[in-house]
Amino acid sequence: MIPAAFEYHRPVDVTSAASLLRRLGDEARVLAGGHSLIPMMKLRMAAIEHLIDLQDIDALKGISIDGDTVTIGAMVTQAELIAHEGLAKVAPILREAALQIADPQVRYMGTLGGNVANGDPGNDMPGLMQALGAAFLLTGPDGAREVAARDFYEAAYMTAREEDEILTAVRFTAPPGGYAYEKQKRKIGDYATAAAAVLIGKEGGRVAHASVAMTNLSDTPVWSPAAAKALTGTDCGPEAIRAATEAALADIDPTEDNRGPVAFKRHVAGIIITRAIQRAWSRA
Amino acid sequence: MNDLSPSREERIANLKGLGCSRKRVEDVRFTQGKGNYVDDIKLPGMLQGDFVRSPYAHARVISVNKEAALALPGVIAVLTAEDLAPLNLHWMPTLAGDKQMVLADGKVLFQGQEVAFVVAEDRYIAADAVELVEVEYEELPVLTDPFAALESDVVLREDLEGQSAGAHGPRRHHNHIFLWEEGDKAATEQVLDSADVVAEEMIYYHRTHPCPLETCGAVASMDKVNGKLTLWGTFQAPHVVRTVASLLSGIEEHNIRVVSPDIGGGFGNKVGVYPGYVCSIVASIVTGRPVKWVEDRMENLMATAFARDYWMKGRIAATKEGKITGLWCHVTADHGAFDACADPTKFPAGFFHICTGSYDIPVAYVGVDGVYTNKAPGGVAYRCSFRVTEAAYFIERMVEVLAIELGMDAAELRRINFIRADQFPYHSALGWEYDSGDYHTAWDKALAAVDYAGLRREQAGRVEAFKRGETRKLLGIGLTHFTEIVGAGPVKNCDILGMGMFDSCEIRIHPTGSAIARLGTISQGQGHATTFAQILASEIGLPADSITIEEGDTDTAPYGLGTYGSRSTPVAGAAAAMVGRKIRAKAQMIAAWLLEVHEGDLDWDVDRFVVKGAPERFKTMKDIAYAAYNQAIPGLEPGLEAVSYYDPPNMTYPFGAYICVMEIDVDTGEHEIRQFYALDDCGTRINPMVIEGQVHGGLTEALAIAMGQEIAYDDIGNCKTATLMDFFIPTAWETPNYTTDFTETPSPHHPIGAKGVGESPNVGGVPAFSNAVHDAFRAFGLRHAHMPHDHWRIWKIANQLGLHG
Repeated sequence: MIPAAFEYHRPVDVTSAASLLRRLGDEARVLAGGHSLIPMMKLRMAAIEHLIDLQDIDALKGISIDGDTVTIGAMVTQAELIAHEGLAKVAPILREAALQIADPQVRYMGTLGGNVANGDPGNDMPGLMQALGAAFLLTGPDGAREVAARDFYEAAYMTAREEDEILTAVRFTAPPGGYAYEKQKRKIGDYATAAAAVLIGKEGGRVAHASVAMTNLSDTPVWSPAAAKALTGTDCGPEAIRAATEAALADIDPTEDNRGPVAFKRHVAGIIITRAIQRAWSRA
Repeated sequence: MNDLSPSREERIANLKGLGCSRKRVEDVRFTQGKGNYVDDIKLPGMLQGDFVRSPYAHARVISVNKEAALALPGVIAVLTAEDLAPLNLHWMPTLAGDKQMVLADGKVLFQGQEVAFVVAEDRYIAADAVELVEVEYEELPVLTDPFAALESDVVLREDLEGQSAGAHGPRRHHNHIFLWEEGDKAATEQVLDSADVVAEEMIYYHRTHPCPLETCGAVASMDKVNGKLTLWGTFQAPHVVRTVASLLSGIEEHNIRVVSPDIGGGFGNKVGVYPGYVCSIVASIVTGRPVKWVEDRMENLMATAFARDYWMKGRIAATKEGKITGLWCHVTADHGAFDACADPTKFPAGFFHICTGSYDIPVAYVGVDGVYTNKAPGGVAYRCSFRVTEAAYFIERMVEVLAIELGMDAAELRRINFIRADQFPYHSALGWEYDSGDYHTAWDKALAAVDYAGLRREQAGRVEAFKRGETRKLLGIGLTHFTEIVGAGPVKNCDILGMGMFDSCEIRIHPTGSAIARLGTISQGQGHATTFAQILASEIGLPADSITIEEGDTDTAPYGLGTYGSRSTPVAGAAAAMVGRKIRAKAQMIAAWLLEVHEGDLDWDVDRFVVKGAPERFKTMKDIAYAAYNQAIPGLEPGLEAVSYYDPPNMTYPFGAYICVMEIDVDTGEHEIRQFYALDDCGTRINPMVIEGQVHGGLTEALAIAMGQEIAYDDIGNCKTATLMDFFIPTAWETPNYTTDFTETPSPHHPIGAKGVGESPNVGGVPAFSNAVHDAFRAFGLRHAHMPHDHWRIWKIANQLGLHG
C-alpha cells in the first residue's frame, strides 16, 4: 500500500490545470477527492507520473441556482451537497443520495466531480445524474463543451471525457415532483448491491413524467426510459410499478461479486426499484 | 492517638479496588493520540523492510532475481531462503509442532506467502524494490477444500514426504496433519444407535480473521558493540518471543530484550511468530542497523493468522422428552499451508472438547482431523480461548437442531439439560472439571428480562401475518447459553513450546506508599493498567491511583506467558492477588513491631492493621511502607517488595445467557438487531465498566463474524476478502444497542474468585446472532444454513424455502 513516486502539481486555475494536462499527456491524472485514485496508486494498479491536484481551483467550487438551473462545481464535496439548504429545496434527491455515500469522513473529501468523472459503476452520482438528465461541463485544449450524462459512460472506467479534458461542473434542471434514491449496501462505506434513483411528476392523480436510473447493476450507470414509460400516465398502482420494475430489470446486466450472485442481485434490484418508485410517488 | 476518620466506607472508596468502575488510566493517552505503537518507534539509522509475496496459492519457485532491486539506490539487501539457509532460519518452528517457511524454499503454498525480504533506506524505496524483484513461478494444482485435499494426489508439503507421523501422532495421508480424539467413541456410538431421537448436522464455522486495527510489525535492533538484540513488536506473549528468538538465533536469552509497546488490538492475531519478525532480526544482524517491518492491511488479512475454518459434523442423541443422552462430533479442520495454530502444545484442537457446553451430557466423543490446504496458516483463538468459540457455536447450533427434531422450544430444551448448580464441580464427559456455575438462575433471569413468552407470541403473530401477505419481515429470537473454558493454564497439562502456562506479578512498594507492579501479561486494549491496580489496591490497601502497572518489557517484567485466551485475570490476576498477600504478610510483621503487639493480635481492615479490640490503635499501609524503608526492624530485611508466580490449579469456566431479537427482510436479506440482551457471569467482577466495554467489543466482533465477516478464496486460492471493503468490520452504524446484565458465581479456586470475561461475548455472541437468523426461518422449515449470514446468504435461505413466491 505504498505508491510509486510521482510529481505533484497544484494549479490555481482551470487554464493552468488544462495546460498541465495537455503538456504531460497520459502520464498525468487530475486528483479530486482521491478516494478512487489514491487507493489505485497505493495498490500500484495505477502508475501515475504526475498528479494534478484540483483543490486550489476556486472556479471548480460552489453551487449556483439560477431559476431552475442548478450548476455544481466539480470540486464540491458530498458534505457540501448535503449542507446546502438551497439545493435541498430545489433538488433534495442530491442530499438523499449523498447521505448514502460512505461515511462523513469520506464525504468531507469526496467530490461530485470525482464521483461522476471516474466512470466507476459503483459510484452513486452517475446513476443519479442519469435520472436528472444532467450535463457534464468539460474543458480541454479546444475550449469548453457539454456532454449529456446519458451519453458520458461507455464502459467501466471508460467515459466520453478526452484524456486532456477536465470535468469542471455538473448542470441540470431542478426536477419537479417526487424523488427517491434507494440503496442497498452491505455496510457503511460499501458500494451498492443495488441502487435506484427515481423522479416522478404527478398531475391529476396520474404520473405526468418519470425518470428511473440505477447504480452498480451494469458496467455503466443505467437509465431506463422503458421503466419511465411504463409509469407515465398511470396511477402508479401495483400493476404499473410491477411493469416499470420489469422494464428496468430488462435494462440491467449485473455481475457476480462478493455481494452475491446474479440471481440475488436481480432480485434485490427489483425490490430496490419498486421501493424507490413507491417512495418517489408518495412524495410527488 | 490515631484519627478514626475517614469512615471505613470512605476508605474502601478511596482505594478504587475490586468492584469499582474506575476510569481507564490508559485512555488519557489513547484518546489524545499519544499512544506509542510499534510504528511510532523511530531509531537513528533505521532501515525499512518489505516483502515480495507470492501471487499464487501453489507454485514452484524457479528463480528469484534480485539484480534490478539491488541496483536501486537506497536498497541495502534482498534476502531469500538461500540467504537464510546457512543460518538455518529459512524455516522456523510453529507453536503447533510443525515448521513454517520464513521465506519460500523452493515453492509457495498460499497466496501472499513471503518470498523475499527487501531492506532499504526508507519505506518507499523498499516498496519500489519489491516491484523490481523478479520471481519466476511454475504454477501447481491448488487445493482449497480440506475434504478434497485428503483425497488428492497433489502433495502440498513435500518437505514432510515420508513422515508418517507429526507432532500429534500418525498422518494417514500426505495432506493430513493429525487425528486428535477425546471421549468414549464406542460408548457414544452405542448411545446414538439406541437413542429415541438423533439429530445430525454438518456445521461449518467459516474462516475469518482477528483483523486488529493495528497490523503486525516489529523493529529489531542488534547492537554489535554489546551483543544485545532489542526487539520491539506486536507481541501478545513477549517472553515467549524472547525464548523463541534465543533458540532460533543462538543469541543467549539475557542478550535479548523483547518489548511490546502499546498494542492496537490483538485478538489472537499477535500470538504467533511471523516471518516478518525473523527477517527483521536477521536484517538487523546482517546490516548492524535497526530494521523496521510493519505489514499493511492486505498483508495482515492475507498472510498473518486466520481463525476458525472448522467443518463440524455433529450427532446429538436424546430421549423423546428431550434429555440429551450423548454427543458425537467429527471436525475436519482446515489449517492452511502450515500447522501454525496457537494452542497449548498438548491440545492440537485447543479446548474444543468443551463442546458439551452448559449441558449435562453423560457420554461424548470428539475427533478432529487437521488438514493442509493452499491457504494462509494460522488457526488462532480470535477473541476466545483455544477453539472455544467453535465449540460453543457447535453445541448451541446442535441444541437448536435437536429442538427442531423434537418439536420443542429451544429455551426449554436447554433448561432441562443444564448442569445443575448442585453438580459443581462438574466433571464433563470429555474430561474437564467445571469449577462453578448456576445456569438455571442466569437463564431464568435472561428469559424474564426479555419477556421470552411475549416474544414467542409476537413471533407467532408475525408468522401468521407473513403468511397472510401483510409483512415481508420475519422475527428471529436467538438463544445462547454458553460455557467457556479460559485461563490456561495448569502447568501440568498446559505449555507453549515447553513453557508452562503460569503467570507472574512483581511489586515494589515505594517508601511514601505508592507502588509499581509488573506482570508477565501484556494489554492490547484490555485495560490491565486499570484493573490489575484494582486487584492490588484491594489486597494491599493502597489506592489504585497510586499503583503503576507495567507490562511487556522482558528486561523488567517477570516471565509470563502473555495475554490471550482470557488468561490474564485468571492467571496473572491471581498472581497479583497472591503477591499482594505476600506484601501484606510482611506488612503485618512490620505493623506488629511498630504497634508493639504480637502479629496475631492484628486484624487487617481495608488499608491498615488494627490491634484487636483497640480500633484506635492501627498502622496504615502507608505508615508501614515508610517504616519498611526507614526503620531497623529486628529480624526483617528492609524494603517492601515481592514476586509471585501463579500456576492455576484449574481453568475457570465463565458462562452467560445471551438473547438476540432480529428482524429479517426476506426480500433483500437485510437484518436489523432489535434487541440484544447479554448476561455474563465472570465470577467476581473487578471493574464493571471495563467488563461492559469488553462485552460491547466482543459482541460487535461476534456480530461481524456471524453476519458477514469472512476470509474467502476462489478455486485457485486467490483471497477474495483482503481489504476492508470486503472484509466486514462493523462501524457505529452497523452496531446495535446492547443491554448487559450479570450474575456473580465466583470461581472457588481463584484467589479473588474472578474468571475472565474479554472473550465471553464473542463465544456467546456468534451463536446468538446466528441462532436468531435460523430461528426466524424455523417456522418455514429451516434446519441449518452456514455462516456468515450476509445479505445474499439470508436471501438464499428465503429463496430455497420458497418465500419469494
